[in-house]
Amino acid sequence: MSQIGHNISLTERARRIRRHALRMGEVQGQGYIAQALGVADVLAVSYFHATNYRPDDPEWEGRDRFLLSIGHYAIALYAALIEAKIIPEDELETYGTDDSRLPMSGMAAYTPGMEITGGSLGHGLGIAVGMALALKRKKSSSFIYNLFSDGELDEGSTWEAAMSAGSYKLDNLIGIVDVNQMQADGPSIGVLNFEPLAPKFDAFGWFVQRVDGNDIDALVKAFDAARQYEEAKPRIIICDTKMAKGVPFLEARDRNHFLRVEPHEWADALKIIDGGVEA
Amino acid sequence: MRRSKYIRPAHLGASSDKPRLTTSAMIASIAGPDQPTRPAPFGNALAALAQKDDRIVGMSADLAKYTDLHVFRAAHPDRFYQMGMAEQLLMMSAAGMAREGFQPWVTTYAVFASRRAYDFICLAIAEEMLDVKIVCALPGLTTGYGPSHQATEDLAMFRGMPNLTIIDPCDASEIEQAVPAIAAHRGPVYMRLLRGNVPLVLEEYGYKFELGQAKLLRDGRDTLIISSGLMTMRALEAAKQLRKDGVDAAVLHVPTIKPLDEPTIVAECQKGERLVVVAENHTVIGGLGEAVAGTLMREGVRPSAFRQIGLPDAFLEAGALPTLHDQYGLSTLRVTEAVKAWLSI
Repeated sequence: MSQIGHNISLTERARRIRRHALRMGEVQGQGYIAQALGVADVLAVSYFHATNYRPDDPEWEGRDRFLLSIGHYAIALYAALIEAKIIPEDELETYGTDDSRLPMSGMAAYTPGMEITGGSLGHGLGIAVGMALALKRKKSSSFIYNLFSDGELDEGSTWEAAMSAGSYKLDNLIGIVDVNQMQADGPSIGVLNFEPLAPKFDAFGWFVQRVDGNDIDALVKAFDAARQYEEAKPRIIICDTKMAKGVPFLEARDRNHFLRVEPHEWADALKIIDGGVEA
Repeated sequence: MRRSKYIRPAHLGASSDKPRLTTSAMIASIAGPDQPTRPAPFGNALAALAQKDDRIVGMSADLAKYTDLHVFRAAHPDRFYQMGMAEQLLMMSAAGMAREGFQPWVTTYAVFASRRAYDFICLAIAEEMLDVKIVCALPGLTTGYGPSHQATEDLAMFRGMPNLTIIDPCDASEIEQAVPAIAAHRGPVYMRLLRGNVPLVLEEYGYKFELGQAKLLRDGRDTLIISSGLMTMRALEAAKQLRKDGVDAAVLHVPTIKPLDEPTIVAECQKGERLVVVAENHTVIGGLGEAVAGTLMREGVRPSAFRQIGLPDAFLEAGALPTLHDQYGLSTLRVTEAVKAWLSI
């Protein structure tokens, strides 16, 4: 649905998003690489199937708003914004360096296409609620997407927002939860058990879908269903993703919330990603 | 020192001439018995302004009725959003509204905005310089409900937040003038709200509110009282009392706590050899008093003496408001006594 043509497959978009993220990660030598690799398929479907935007006019009033609640996933969103040609590709060399438009944690004031500042967790969904209410006031047909993480389910503010979205029947709000099962202190369920998750959102009045967040076909169906759903309810797509998806030697690391990657490993990771090129 | 729950109140079983006030009788208003007042100046001013400005929406966290926003809600029901008893959500959703071009006016109690929603005001609103107006009832000591409702440290917290403008108005006429002035200012504002029947005291001084401006309401040779919020009305009343004892007191009203009108404060403190007293409805830590002191130190200004009137660094007691204002030194009587003692009169 973007203005960019569909001649490039979503699988290839996801591969390129992973590639951009790895190249940015190499600039720092470490970072939230596993999250970026894990959520790349979700971002590919978001930006190259589900979301309306204009690459040359990131603040176009008619756009769908894509909010990154998880500020530290900025590397993943920058990769998608680069692939979407909202950010020029050569800027990835500046990732996290002085005077860059791509700081380590995502901030709205710095980056084209970055709708909100998300570094303090549990802000995104509530801001999305306010924006969804505002779009209704403006009689806009745009959707608000909010990508947040399973870790943000620990924050009470997320649930204040979830309850209000259901109460206001915000059918222009589509939440996307990246359930990658890893937080700063370890596996998410061990930090605070948020399961069963789908019934919680259902009970709060949301239209709920749960999909394999690394299955492009499943994601396309879920995003289509979320946009086309007819009842006046907010919609949520719970995406189960695999940390570091696509790079097996990184997938295998058990503590991968903030990955430290040896200098020679970047080339290995890129080689693996490039090996999956589609025609 | 807090009273022990094991000691039976002394007045029980003993006769006393002094009438005993109840907490609930006085919570709605800080007006004295003979003071002229105006009802809900904030709610009425905002409702009137919204007729001319389509950007304005009202949002509250289950306290519209207790922040005078119910007046706006009644006038513009389709522009009012009830966000429930969820102050974090209140601030987040206001940020979302502001991002889409609206000007949300959000209300709750000052304790809940400051203690509970600080991060959301800071990151979702202030860091992005969003046009959100946060108007909060029960600032400082304006309820007898005890520490759960007494925002004695809100200014200390919010002064540290970049981009945030802070207003502490004195009376109904100032609130009415501040509403359009705040609306015209682009950026986040925190205003401490006097609600219900709010006294009218500034009109006789020909006062006009200007954002960022401190104003000398009356001049005097012996002491300069620098004050904000409801303490300005106490300072003005005290100045009248002090005159009877031959003390000539100036009153400098500082409704904008941030950005502080440093040039006016410095200029007034450099005049003559006056005792400088800062009076505020806030803990003496981190509020107007320390802001003035810091300004004077940085500018190399040394008044002959500097004193603070404000709340102690303590969790305050519950009780009737007039009793508590007397107990903690905010009443006209106690302000008058304090100034006389410092002047050795």
